Amino acid sequence: MKIIIGEGSCGIAAGARKVREALLNQRAQSEQKLVIGKTGCIGMCFLEPIVDLYTDEGQLLSRLVRVKESDAKRIYSAALDGDLSEVKDLVISKDDASFLEKQTRIALRHCGLIDPEDISAYIASDGYKALEKTIKSMTPEDVIETIKISGLAGRGGAGFPTWFKWNAARKAIGEVKYLICNADEGDPGAFMDRAVIESDPHALIEGMLIAAYAIGASKAFVYVRAEYPLAIVRLEKALAEARAKNLLGENILGSNFSCDIKIKAGAGAFVCGEETALIESLEGSRGMPRLKPPFPAEKGFTNAPSNINNVETFANVAWIILNGGEAFAAMGTETSKGTKVFALTGKVKRGGLVEIPMGLTLRDVIFDIGGGIRDGGTFKAVQMGGPSGGCIPEHLLDTQIDYKALASTGAIMGSGGMVVMDEKTCMVKMARFFLDFTAKESCGKCVPCRIGTKRMHELLVNITEGRGRPGDIELLLELSNGVKAGALCGLGQTAPNPVLTTVRYFKDEYEAHINKTCPAHECEALKKFSIDAQKCKGCTMCARQCPVSAIKGEVRAAHVIDQDKCIKCGACLALCKFGAVVSM
Amino acid sequence: MCENCQKSDLSKLTPILEEFSGDKYALISILQKAQEIYGYLPTDVIYEIAEKTSVSPAKVMGVATFYTQFRLQPIGKNLIMLCKGTACHVNGADSIERALIEELGIEDGGTTEDGLFSLKTVACLGCCSLSPVMMINEDTYGSLTPEKAKEIVRNIRLESK
Repeated sequence: MKIIIGEGSCGIAAGARKVREALLNQRAQSEQKLVIGKTGCIGMCFLEPIVDLYTDEGQLLSRLVRVKESDAKRIYSAALDGDLSEVKDLVISKDDASFLEKQTRIALRHCGLIDPEDISAYIASDGYKALEKTIKSMTPEDVIETIKISGLAGRGGAGFPTWFKWNAARKAIGEVKYLICNADEGDPGAFMDRAVIESDPHALIEGMLIAAYAIGASKAFVYVRAEYPLAIVRLEKALAEARAKNLLGENILGSNFSCDIKIKAGAGAFVCGEETALIESLEGSRGMPRLKPPFPAEKGFTNAPSNINNVETFANVAWIILNGGEAFAAMGTETSKGTKVFALTGKVKRGGLVEIPMGLTLRDVIFDIGGGIRDGGTFKAVQMGGPSGGCIPEHLLDTQIDYKALASTGAIMGSGGMVVMDEKTCMVKMARFFLDFTAKESCGKCVPCRIGTKRMHELLVNITEGRGRPGDIELLLELSNGVKAGALCGLGQTAPNPVLTTVRYFKDEYEAHINKTCPAHECEALKKFSIDAQKCKGCTMCARQCPVSAIKGEVRAAHVIDQDKCIKCGACLALCKFGAVVSM
Repeated sequence: MCENCQKSDLSKLTPILEEFSGDKYALISILQKAQEIYGYLPTDVIYEIAEKTSVSPAKVMGVATFYTQFRLQPIGKNLIMLCKGTACHVNGADSIERALIEELGIEDGGTTEDGLFSLKTVACLGCCSLSPVMMINEDTYGSLTPEKAKEIVRNIRLESK
């Protein structure tokens, strides 16, 4: 039997490496040495650390979840004896296992199943066959035609047809052409690209090489977020292994196609997700967007024709070449083909990575796969597309996952962040959160974005801190339109979306804040603490601990909070053993 | 060159500058490697890089201040990176931040007087299922509560005494 540990960033953060050490310890003490291997992220982040038991032939016998170091002894002995009853309590439940069963995995096809640091594992799962097929039997035009038939669109968020970009770069005139992979996943709450690189780096490399062949690029870069150290390490290793096997570099597989891929680590700037800003950054400058046209396909990196795609887009390419464009296009809706990966997080029971065919509804993803809202909460909204996207309310849960359908709600498909919120999430504070982000991340080139987002953030701070005034909502909308119209790049053009969608669907919350109440009871400044006279035993604990002496009352008599003195620190609420302090 | 600024050991830069010599697009990579050596980007290092790469000090400074990864001040022994991504926000990152500020007596971006801790909020560490999350140096701490966050910091303080 083989023991395989899930070692993506999520698993490691949850303690996977400690589990590995403990298992290695067990092996050191044992006569029989079982294989202890690693894999990437299977996407079930809520169950990490995960340990899989495989037969020697590679068949999954059992998946153990939420494993602790202290479980290592019985896991090792169960694997030795082949008697899984010893670890019965760790085996994944049927309900949790359904998380995977409802998915269709193409971009994530190998994630959590193969060792990301071993090229032979990738090759054994049909890896690099698509590259071989491309080089040996297809012209660049054939490749572009196949991608056109597949309907693959940019998975970074904009959803622009991939074949169109490739074709433009192919037709552009230039001695050297560049291919760039955008792995600068800056959307807070999204980690799809990181998981693909950490768990299946060769799928990215193979997809990039096929694209490079199609457009005629001989040099390629992967621009990775600096916050993803493990992804960089694994990608470096994968590139070295591919190079050693002549799958990368000069005369790939003996053909006259040559292309090398280099890693460039980003330095932390959300705007660099915008393609022209990314090019500026690759050139060593401040990442400020350029005017388009000229588009990167004509004048990109060092003014040479360049093509930029996102990690997930590339991760689909090898599958499409092997299975045909029609097979990919058979999934999805009229306007959105194939599958999409989402990072499902927030107040959902089962959070993690989800890949589903386009056309499923938001309800399918959040309730069927994600298991609904955790801790007995009720669904309020789902945020899609991060700072460029919006919040979709309950009555639109049956919206299909489709570029057009999602755009009609005011949100966007986005790169795949899907953050679920319950009734305790304040939507105004949510909008404030995103505007704080965009105001900080605005590069400063366009005045409407630089100053507009700042002013919008100030208004939202005022509203959430009890200083909102009538007319603020209208002012926010006016500023939103100004920023949208006056910004050069996608960051500014979409920055008002979180405000626009929350005003559209949750205007009552804004109005309530202006009237000094936060319906979700989240905004500190708008909280009101009071003492339930029925429950108060008069223990005096709260009165003694109140930092501003706002609580008065006799011993064994109900206490009262002086609202004028109260600074809303919540100390009394945390202290009261009788549940007498209530926050409103 | 600045006269009053600190004197760093600039000889450590030589191998980096050699590695990237001739690559006029390598400024960010050079700054990243320099920060690995010095822990931050001292002013004299910025001037040295400008001179050796024939880029104006203003441009080097412009790049160094544009990207959040670069620091112009030394950091404490333990760098606390508190995640304020969307999932962490929804799960209460604000209360964790308040607890850390209270415990450490420093604001976001600050360093404690004893040089033991620096606090930095970051956009997303990507372990959303463990939110709220913070990283201290290489270690990740998940499912935080304000009390738990304070305790982790206190323990590190005790260990380093």
